[in-house]
Parts: sequence; C-alpha cells; structure tokens
Amino acid sequence: MTTKFTPDHEYIRVEGSTGIVGITPYAQNALGDIVFVELPSVGKVLKKGDEAAVVESVKAASEIYAPVAGTVSEINEALSGEPGLINTDPESGGWIYKITIADASELDGLLDDAAYAELTK
Amino acid sequence: MSMNKQGRPTGTGTSDFASTSGSALLPNEPLLFEIGDTEHSGVDLPDAEINTARLGGFERKMPLDLAGLTEPEAMRHYVRLSRLNHSIDSGMYPLGSCTMKHNPRLNEKMARLPGFADIHPLQPVSTVQGALELMNQLSHWLMTLTNTSAVALTPKAGAHGELLGMMTIKAAQQAAGQGHRTIVLVPESAHGTNPATAAFLGYSVKSIPARADGTVDVQAVKDALSPEVAAIMLTNPNTCGLFEPQVIEIAQAVHGAGAFFYCDGANFNAIMGVVRPGDLGIDAMHINLHKTFSTPHGGGGPGAGPVVLSAALAPFAPVPFVRQGSDGLELVEHTEGEALGRITAFQGQMGMYVRALTYMLSHGGDGLAQAAEDAVLNANYIKARLGHVFSVPFPDYPTMHEALFDDSFLAGTGVTTLDFAKALIDEGFHPMTMYFPLVVHGAMLVEPTESESKQTLDHFCDVMEELALDAKAGNAARFTAAPLHAPRRRLDETRAARAPILKWERPEDLPQAAE
Amino acid sequence: MRYLPHSAAERAEMLGVIGAANIDALFSAVPANALKSFDLGLPAHSPEFLVEAHMKALAGQNHAGADGPFFIGAGAYRHHVPATVDHLIQRSEFLTAYTPYQPEISQGTLQMLFEFQTQVAKLTGMDVANASMYDGSTGTAEAVLMARRLTRRNKVVLSGGLHPHYRDVVKAYLKDDSDLECLSASPEGQGDILDHIDEETAAIVVQTPDFYGHLRNIRAAADAAHAKGALLIVVITEVVSLGLLEAPGALGADIVVAEGQSIGNALNFGGPYLGLLATRKEFIRQMPGRVCGETVDAEGQRGFVLTLSTREQHIRREKATSNICTNSGLCALAFSIHMALLGEAGFTRLARLNHANACKLADALEAVPGVEVLNRTFFNEMTIRTSTPAAALIERLAQRGILGGVPVSRLEPGDPGVANLIVLAATELTTEGDIAALCAALSEELA
Repeated sequence: MTTKFTPDHEYIRVEGSTGIVGITPYAQNALGDIVFVELPSVGKVLKKGDEAAVVESVKAASEIYAPVAGTVSEINEALSGEPGLINTDPESGGWIYKITIADASELDGLLDDAAYAELTK
Repeated sequence: MSMNKQGRPTGTGTSDFASTSGSALLPNEPLLFEIGDTEHSGVDLPDAEINTARLGGFERKMPLDLAGLTEPEAMRHYVRLSRLNHSIDSGMYPLGSCTMKHNPRLNEKMARLPGFADIHPLQPVSTVQGALELMNQLSHWLMTLTNTSAVALTPKAGAHGELLGMMTIKAAQQAAGQGHRTIVLVPESAHGTNPATAAFLGYSVKSIPARADGTVDVQAVKDALSPEVAAIMLTNPNTCGLFEPQVIEIAQAVHGAGAFFYCDGANFNAIMGVVRPGDLGIDAMHINLHKTFSTPHGGGGPGAGPVVLSAALAPFAPVPFVRQGSDGLELVEHTEGEALGRITAFQGQMGMYVRALTYMLSHGGDGLAQAAEDAVLNANYIKARLGHVFSVPFPDYPTMHEALFDDSFLAGTGVTTLDFAKALIDEGFHPMTMYFPLVVHGAMLVEPTESESKQTLDHFCDVMEELALDAKAGNAARFTAAPLHAPRRRLDETRAARAPILKWERPEDLPQAAE
Repeated sequence: MRYLPHSAAERAEMLGVIGAANIDALFSAVPANALKSFDLGLPAHSPEFLVEAHMKALAGQNHAGADGPFFIGAGAYRHHVPATVDHLIQRSEFLTAYTPYQPEISQGTLQMLFEFQTQVAKLTGMDVANASMYDGSTGTAEAVLMARRLTRRNKVVLSGGLHPHYRDVVKAYLKDDSDLECLSASPEGQGDILDHIDEETAAIVVQTPDFYGHLRNIRAAADAAHAKGALLIVVITEVVSLGLLEAPGALGADIVVAEGQSIGNALNFGGPYLGLLATRKEFIRQMPGRVCGETVDAEGQRGFVLTLSTREQHIRREKATSNICTNSGLCALAFSIHMALLGEAGFTRLARLNHANACKLADALEAVPGVEVLNRTFFNEMTIRTSTPAAALIERLAQRGILGGVPVSRLEPGDPGVANLIVLAATELTTEGDIAALCAALSEELA
C-alpha cells in the first residue's frame, strides 16, 4: 500500500486498483474549518486533473482534482453531515472519494512522501 | 440570580455578574417573533366581508404564523436594532473600493416627492414627462462626465451593470458575425464580480497578471489577445488604487484585436470631472450611483449601475430608454434591431436617479471635480502619514482615491490583517477593506472619500499608527481578542456555515425539542 | 461646497505633508492629454433651495397616484405604507450602513435580514429565503438558472400568464438559447403548460395570480413537473395575494420568486423594488444571493452573520452561482417593518380588503356597456376587453385625470389579439368614488 501526493495537496492511497483520495493535513490546516464538501457522483469518469470535488471553508472554496484518471467508485457520505472530519482526521475518516485507477503508470508522476514533505517544508 | 425589583439598590452590584442583556443603551433585542404574535397588529384596517367565489378554491387553509407588533413595539424594536449598526452618519468607513461617502438628506427628500415616488412605471408616458426628463438630465450628466455616446440607465446595481455591459458587447459581436469570440481577459486584481459576470455569459476567463508595480502590463495584454478574445474587463483606477498609466495603449491594443474594452467604474469617484473615461478608449463602463453619486448604501442596497456606452455599442443598448419624440419625450420599450432586450421589469432605479441627479446639481461640474480631487488628496494624505509605519506595496505612483497597505509590517507580531481590522472597531472605526485585492498579501485597502475632514483623517491616522506600534510592540492579545467593545464579539462563522440556521423556528418545532 | 469639509488652507497643508506641489501632481499617472483637457459645460454648484426648486419642477410635471382615480397594477401596486416604515428606514444606522460584512458592528442589519428571511419563508411556505434580489423579474431569471444547475437539464418553459416583462428579462439572461420555450400570451387563462413538460425539462415557470389576474392551479403544475423530474418555479408579482391564497410551498413549488414592492415600498416609477426568492432546504447551495444565518459570538451570545458566502462572486469568482453583490437591503427592511406592523391579522385583513375592492371593481365594470371582464378568478387584478382599442382609450382616460389600467398592447405590441385588452387592479386605496368615476368615464368613452 503506497500513498502518493499531488502538488495541489491531494493524497491518493493506493489499495490494489483502487485509490482513496483526500487532502493532506497540511492542506486542511491551510484551509481552516471545512464547512461543506461537494462530492462527486459515483460512476463519474475523471481524467487526471479534472475537478472531482469541492471543499469549502468559511471564506474559500477549493477544487479537489483527480490525481489520476479513473472512475469514482465510492464517496464518503459521512462528510455530508460532518465536513469537519477533513480537519480532525484528514487521512482516515476524512477521505473524500475512491477511484478505480485507469492507468497505474500515472501514479509514477506523483510525489512520494519525501518529495511532498520537501514541497511543504 | 434574582434581582430585587422592589427597592432601590444601594450597593454597586456584584462584580462577578456577567451581563447577558447588553449594555445600558444597547440592550439585547429579541427577535420580532419572540416579541410579537399573530394577533397583534400596528395597522388599523377594516375587516372586509368577502365572497370566495372568485378565488377558485385556492384560498389559504394553513395559517401564516406571522408575528405582528403594534406601532410603539415596532418603533422600539427597530430603533434598538438600528443602534447595533455602524453607519456613515456615526463614523468613518475607510472601506476601499466601496466609496462610503456622505449621503445628503436633500436627496432623500427629493426622492420622496409624490411626483417621483408615487408614479407607476406603466402610466401613460404623457403623465410622466417630468420623470422622463429627469432620466434625460441624469443621462446627460453621466455621458458628459464620461465623454460617451449613450447610457443604459436600467441596471439595478454595479454587478447588474457589468452584466449588461458584457451582454451588450456579446450582442454587438454576434451582430457582426464575431460570435466565436469566447475569451474575456480579466486582470488578477479584479473585483470578483468581473470573472463571475464573464462566466455567467459563457465566456472563459483568462487572467492577466499584475506587474510588480501594481499596474497592468500592456505587453501581457497584447500577448493574451487573439481572435478569440471578446473583451477585457479592466478597473481603472484599479483595485490597488492606481491609475493605469498605459490605459490608452491597452485600449488601442484591445481595439486593434477587434475586442472591446469594458471598464469597471467602481472607482470613478477618483476621477469624476477630472478625467473622462471616453477619452481613454473605453467602450462600456458601469457607474455605481450608490458609490460615486451618494445614494445611500442602505445596509446592502438598493444600488444602481447605469452603463455608459461608446458609439459602437450604443445601438445595442437595452430597453427601455428615453427618446425625444415629436410630441414630447418617449419611452422606447421594445427592442429594435439586434439590441439585447430588457434586463429588468421596468425603468430601473428611479429612486436612485432622483438622488443622484440631486447630488450632481448640488455639486455642479466644479464641485464634482473638487470632490474627486479631495478624495485623492485624502487617500494620499493617509498614505503619507502612515507610510513610515505601514508597508506600502506599490510606492512607485501616487495613489488615487484609496491607499493600499500589505501585512508585511505585521510580520512576526502574531497579528493578522483580520485582527488588526477588528481592533479598529474598538477604536470607533469600521474596518478597512481586507484581503482585497488578492494580489497583495494581507491587503488593507483604505478609502477615506472626500467626505472626511482633516480632523477626522488625523484622528484616524493617529489611531492606525498607535495600533501598528502596539502590534509591533508585541501586544497581540489586544488584536486577537478584538473587538471587545462592540455589540458582539467575533462571531462563529464556521458554526453558521456547517449547520445553517436561516430562519427562526418556534422552540417547540426544533428537532431537539422532540427528543 | 457644503459637502466638502476642507478649507483651501487645509488642502495646502495636506499637500505639504504629502510632498506634492499641487493637486495635479497626484494625477501624474494620467496621460497628460486626458487630464482636465476639456470643459464639461455642466452647471456650477448650487444652493439647496435652487436644487429643490429644480427637482420639484420636474416632479410637478408628473401625474402622481394620489392625484386621481388609479387602477394600474401589472407588476407594481399602489398600497398604503405606514408612516412608521419610512421613518425607520431613514434612521442613519440603517440608511447609511454598509453591507454587513463586519457582523460585530452590523447586528441591526443582520438581525433584520434574519427576520426578513423568516417572514418570506413563512409567506411562501418554503424552507428558506435569501436576503433579497434586485426585483421579481431578475429573481425569476436567476431562479431559472438555479433550476438548470439543480437538474442539470436545460429546457425551461414559461407560462403564457407570466408577466411579459419578466419573460423578456429571462430571454435576455438566456440570450440565444433554443432551450427556452415561451408560451404565447394567455389573457383568458388558457394555454396548458402541463403539455410542454418532458424529460429534458429543467423547470416550468408559472405566475399566480398571473399577469392577467387569473389564479393558476399550482398543485397541478407541481405534480406534472415533478412527474417528469422537472422543478416548478412559482412567480408572484402581487405579494399581498398571499394573505388570502394558499402558499405555493404548501402546493409543491420548488422555487418561489416574488416582487415584494407591494409591502413597504412605493411605486417609484419602477425601482428600487425588492426580489424575494425562497426554496427548499436541500437547494440552498445553488440559491443565488446573500443569506444571513444565526450563530453565536465568542461569549456565546446569539448573533447573526452572512453565511454560505462560498456560493458568491467575491469567493467563487467565475464559479459563483450568480454575479449578484449589492441587492435590495433597505427595501427588504421596509418590507420587513411593514410586515411586522401588519402581522398575520393585519396582513389577512389587507388581502381581504384588496379582494373585496377588486370584486366591487369587477362588478361595476361588468355593468358598463362595451366592457367584458375576462376573469372568472382573480385576487385584486383583472383583464377587461373593451369595444375600442385599449391604448387610445387609456390615453383618453388619462386626459380626464383617471389612470385606468395598462393596455396589454403596451407590453405585447406584436400580438393583435390583445389590442382591446386592459389589465386593471384595485387595492385597499381604491374607493367606491374612484370606481364610479372610472365606470362613468368608460361609459362615455365607449358610448
């Protein structure tokens, strides 16, 4: 199981052919209290870089892009009632959506732990 | 705790008593629905007998549950509410890009003349010749001050004017077989309504970066121009408070590429009577009557956003508009040719037209120019007085009617722009515009307007300076806790947005009551 | 100049502090040939009494509503506004306040907006309302766009009973849009919009009472729309009707748009007016415009803030739900105060009085030879067919000092079928003497 990162602060945790996408602790901290999450619909086909979801704080709305191409297979319904999960538990309970990865080679173009840590230093 | 209501208290009270009722002159005011009920009314009306035969069975069966107040109750409720507001009449609004100037009361008196307030938009035009003449005179002033060929009066506010201006551009281009132009250039310092308007009309927005000196680079505009570009939306003076020095070259480049120049006129107050936008090459510009021409802001409207148009766009102006006919003034109410139609039900904001023309006549052409010069003088005075303590991001040019600071002077203090602005509340001022324009970090945009006296400006500068020095001295708590002396402390906006409560519910109807 | 505080000496002193030789030095970024390179030819500043005289002369050329019998409605209505309303909205703290972006010092405006939203939600029978739109017509256009976002469908059908100007505003907002279907004018209440709904339809727009005064069956429209997955937008131009008619929310409406001018606001020749927009709770993220919500402050005290602002242009920029910014705050205050003064008891009496007077008007008009009342149902407004063309007839009535309604041809010039139709309204201000004067004049003109 590996986790990769985009320069836009999304993470994708790879479990087989599925990727679990959310935003990093660094990103949630920069955004502040999340008040609303606009989730994609299951079955939505995304190209790498497509807008997949929107997270809103009081003063900002940020698009969440697809780190790789694929199809949305599941969404985190818990965020509808409790968007603050992204703040309190961004990497586990605050995941946003799962994607069936179309082309695993796209993962190679993303940042690994060390590179992302360097970016947000 | 229970209070002794019988006798006169003799002590000074208990020091640990935390008041939940507000202060002596600013009592907390319950909601209207917590004071009134459905039986009380402050209006005496006869109870008419009706026969429901003509209601087709559609008459109301459910009660409305609308609370009423008698007149004395209503008077007290709203007067008490009013006292919780800051207002121009009670203190300065150094609010950049908003032009909060004095609102003369003659304007209000004139707008209430029955010949203006009590006329219907669909009366026969023969019965409203004075109203049409007023619209004509206002148009004349607006066209003269901008040196343009036409004006569409009807837009209801600045953003509506922007929408109309861009719709006019779209109509003109479609008529000329240029409908393939789908890109609008918007400098990144622009007000949010600009990209919102362009997107609303189906344009894609291409952002133009600002130069290091805060102005738009003519070369960046030229590089972005192409046969697909419909227009540029440029604010001048810009949102950094600077007059765009290359505006004429930008206009020429835009026109050379077959595109139009939309000017956001939000900052017209800096140049009215001194510079005519038509001389700079603009094709369309909205003018916020509620900023530049002193119609009151009213706690968020109504505004009015007439749009002046160049000769190229004039034929595409919306209806209705006033025209001289053979038998007096006419109101043209139906689209001729390829104009874009109607953007509001009636003639626009007549009440604002009356106020704006009253203001113009009071000032005269000479007074408007003097007002612009004083607005610019005041902003430069603030910049000069505070420049040694605050950080000025764009020092190369004199500022126009607003002074822009960034937050680098707060570096390491633990005080943010927001904290600083909230501390200004405790000193009796409305905060300045914060975090706008976006091109400056932690922006503080101060627009004093021409209405402030030197004495007020000096007091404001003294307070700003004292606050800045206090922040630098490490007294962060004063800022992070501010405001301490307003009717409310900082409000929990996260809570408001996460579980929105947008109307009052009877306590017994709330979910927890059912548990 | 009475509005400018500086003396010449103060200006000079300030220039000295700035270090500028003269005022023109502050305009150095302006191209030299554009700075004061003209003579405006505008009059010079003027004392208050002369400005007042100028404006009074213009006002005096207009026939005000109080100058004679008055029967014009058609989207703007002449009602009585209590003196208290106009006094209160001229309080400095309401009149000269900015948009309440700083909630700590704007609780007056914010609490008022919260009360206003509650009143509008109750009146329309909807879950939530926003803090106002410019007017009913632009609100209708915004509602259409909102319905498209919600359904991700494009087709929109406008009823033939929708105010023609509202239809024109929607057409302008949706320029060149082939998915907009406008049904032809239906002055006799005919035209069945229900036959035009299909699986591509985002919304149908139905006005009640409609432009011609007929009361429309909202329940049937809602059921038909919902059966195809479309939304029902209900438009109301005479909000006083809600004192007597069932709330559209109780009948299945998805979005309600109303012109709120009738309550608290004068005719003003067309503006400023007040757009009301209310909807279901699940749709609030796609609702345009500002909205005020309840919260608490740092000490736990109840307070109000503008909220859900991430939908708005200053944050979402090109992804905003609408570009609307300034709305109709002070008109909303006037509405809210007037509605608070009325209360349910007063509002109901007001509506009944309007309907009673309209019934008297209809009965009297029926008795005039050459006049036919087209409505079987109405609230306070109706359409008549006259034996001569309406536009000239209305003009002749005006010359007699009677404002006798609106000739439909003024709004629908391309439709010969409406040449003899007049839309008229009665309100609580209509007297039996007014009705008698109108009918007498009509009898003479049509004889």
